Amino acid sequence: MSGTQTTYNDKVVRQFAVMTVIWGIVGMLVGVIIAAQLVWPELNIGPWLHFGRLRPLHTNAVIFAFGGCALFATSYWVVQRTCHTRLWGGPLIPFTFWGWQLIIVLAAVTLPLGITSGKEYAELEWPIDILITLVWVSYAVVFFGTIAVRKVSHIYVANWFFGAFIIAVALLHLGNSAALPVSFTKSYSAYAGVQDAMIQWWYGHNAVGFFLTAGFLGMMYYFVPKQAGRPVYSYRLSVVHFWALIFTYMWAGPHHLHYTALPDWTQSVGMLFSLILLAPSWGGMINGIMTLSGAWHKLRDDPILKFLITSLSFYGMSTFEGPMMSIKTVNALSHYTDWTVGHVHSGALGWVAMVSIGSIYYLLPRLFGKKEMYSTALVTTHFWIATIGTVLYIASMWIAGVMQGLMWRAVNADGTLAYSFVESVKGSYPFWAIRWLGGVLFLLGMLIMAYNMFKTIAGGKTEDVPVIEPAGHHA
Amino acid sequence: MSDFVSDFWNLYVIVIVLVSILACAVLLVVQGKATFTPGKTMGHVWDETLEEYNNPMPKWWSWLFVITVVFALVYLALYPGLGNFKGMLGWTSAGQHKAEVEKMDAAVKPLFDKYLAMDVQAVAADKQAMEMGKRLYLTYCMQCHGADARGAKGFPNLTDSDWLYGGAPEQIKETITNGRMGVMPPHAQLGADTVKDLANHVRSLSGLPHDSVRAARGATAFTEAGCVGCHGMDAKGNQAVGAPNLTDKIWLYGSSEATITETINNGRQNKMPAWKDFLGEAKVHLLTAYVFSLSQGK
Repeated sequence: MSGTQTTYNDKVVRQFAVMTVIWGIVGMLVGVIIAAQLVWPELNIGPWLHFGRLRPLHTNAVIFAFGGCALFATSYWVVQRTCHTRLWGGPLIPFTFWGWQLIIVLAAVTLPLGITSGKEYAELEWPIDILITLVWVSYAVVFFGTIAVRKVSHIYVANWFFGAFIIAVALLHLGNSAALPVSFTKSYSAYAGVQDAMIQWWYGHNAVGFFLTAGFLGMMYYFVPKQAGRPVYSYRLSVVHFWALIFTYMWAGPHHLHYTALPDWTQSVGMLFSLILLAPSWGGMINGIMTLSGAWHKLRDDPILKFLITSLSFYGMSTFEGPMMSIKTVNALSHYTDWTVGHVHSGALGWVAMVSIGSIYYLLPRLFGKKEMYSTALVTTHFWIATIGTVLYIASMWIAGVMQGLMWRAVNADGTLAYSFVESVKGSYPFWAIRWLGGVLFLLGMLIMAYNMFKTIAGGKTEDVPVIEPAGHHA
Repeated sequence: MSDFVSDFWNLYVIVIVLVSILACAVLLVVQGKATFTPGKTMGHVWDETLEEYNNPMPKWWSWLFVITVVFALVYLALYPGLGNFKGMLGWTSAGQHKAEVEKMDAAVKPLFDKYLAMDVQAVAADKQAMEMGKRLYLTYCMQCHGADARGAKGFPNLTDSDWLYGGAPEQIKETITNGRMGVMPPHAQLGADTVKDLANHVRSLSGLPHDSVRAARGATAFTEAGCVGCHGMDAKGNQAVGAPNLTDKIWLYGSSEATITETINNGRQNKMPAWKDFLGEAKVHLLTAYVFSLSQGK
């Protein structure tokens, strides 16, 4: 071996990991504020802090800032370790970090100002969309460049998922954001009418499928076997559920448009592929949870494993709930109610946030030259607070959602509506208050994490770690 | 009507949907035939410790996958999904909606027909009818006239004795059935000074504080500018055109000098929608009786 050893590029991982926690707090704080606005409407102050402008800020912050930074951090860590090589791409690597942070800041400024394209989860206006494209293409070059220079012939399963996530998000972003600019801050969608709605939900559901599922499954496939210290349960299962998942997700969007102007045939196809999606989704949950079989005792003392395995349980639950909600007759009750909000958050808090939090807790000590987090007890506290918060959130939204759906469809003997809309709002108040409390608990957990993180960083040293030789190359 | 501009897209959808569903099944079957060595790894190691077992896929999971694929194929035979093929059950979402509406209409028809045969005063005195009327009102009317029917700026109060188009049963029914278009033309061309005179005159009519010199000039202008055409020589309005009585204390848009000035300068446009086609005669009849009942005894 030569004198100058190659080292991993952990600087960018460090940057993204710390920002994951910071943006998590910001995004969830905005979530708590808008949840409070529904309970106490007088908190809607002026146009800039109104619910209608803060809600997209919340979704963008938690999905793209918190979730995005977590994905960048973990994928950069994982691809280097499993390819046994330093991250490839030179100046493109810091560009992805600073570019992504700039996008987040621009979102935080433009959305409260009311600058929006009006497309859900894709509200940012065209100049920011172009910046996203540049950063994303750089990300793809770095990621696939690193894969290309790998020192092992087999590509580890986590990288399949990260790769699919990067390619699909590029495709979705370019397809859905196509627009005609009329000024620097305003553009109009390239599509119209029901086609626009269909493109929007093709994007919207695949943002869930690829950004919030495939990417985080990549995270799961590295950090669960690492933390459990056991091999992945079934290679073949990972092959089948990977291809089935990325293929089937592409079709599921129309279930957001049941009983609308979308043609019946399109709605049917969307519903059927959503149902077929059940088994491929569960494949990931099985592979993750079964990886722990024979080592269940580790769950008792290891809060990081608690986060990871609980996240898989919530993943399994919400990917069962999703296909059920895509069935037209169920959707006729659930659509437009808080049930949908509860479903999204069982995935967002229970799955995406928990798997990210667990993975970041795994990374932080290793990134800052420590053996473990400053306080393992605080990680355990975080776990229980986050779990209780998630359960309060989704249970209250289920009850509120089903209640709203039943109230809206209830009719008297004379065919008139049994309840006015405002009565369903009134009935929802106690559940909105419980939801707010669940959100407060989840946010509190993130604040504990931030304290623990800064205590871990303090006095830590950031040393370059040499690239490990592939197993077969050992003498 | 076909959803496709040409038959090519019909075939395209059919082929791509079927091939895609079958591809899922083929993937499962082909991969299920691999050689498995349960409890042994695949022989690859990444990052010192990462390995994969060569375990088979759980049987129950494979069956779950198969069941969803079979369900999809059966569903596509029964329901629309394969391009222009309507499905063996002939189901459509529009058809489902129509059937549900017709079923409900048929179920409630005898209830409404009973009251349609009675005159409005008699219906207004019927307790059950008024409960139904209130529910109809809370579904279709409260958005503008308010839950308590006391109206809002621009939306008339239905509980008082003042009527723009008349409060007799047949007039109320005509209002609900065919709607009303209330138009006050703009008069800014009279000049700011004259408009101010008119506003003071209008305020004087109902005893509100005013400038008596301007009000006196305004009285002349009221006739000369043609206000009397709609509001009448006595300014008590005209129900035939929906012109409001200016001598009472009831105001649709407000009685301040500023609001009256705005009304005279810019005019007003108002609209009560027609409910004939949407609600049908029987429900309009019941609503007429309900609205009529609101102002009785006042």
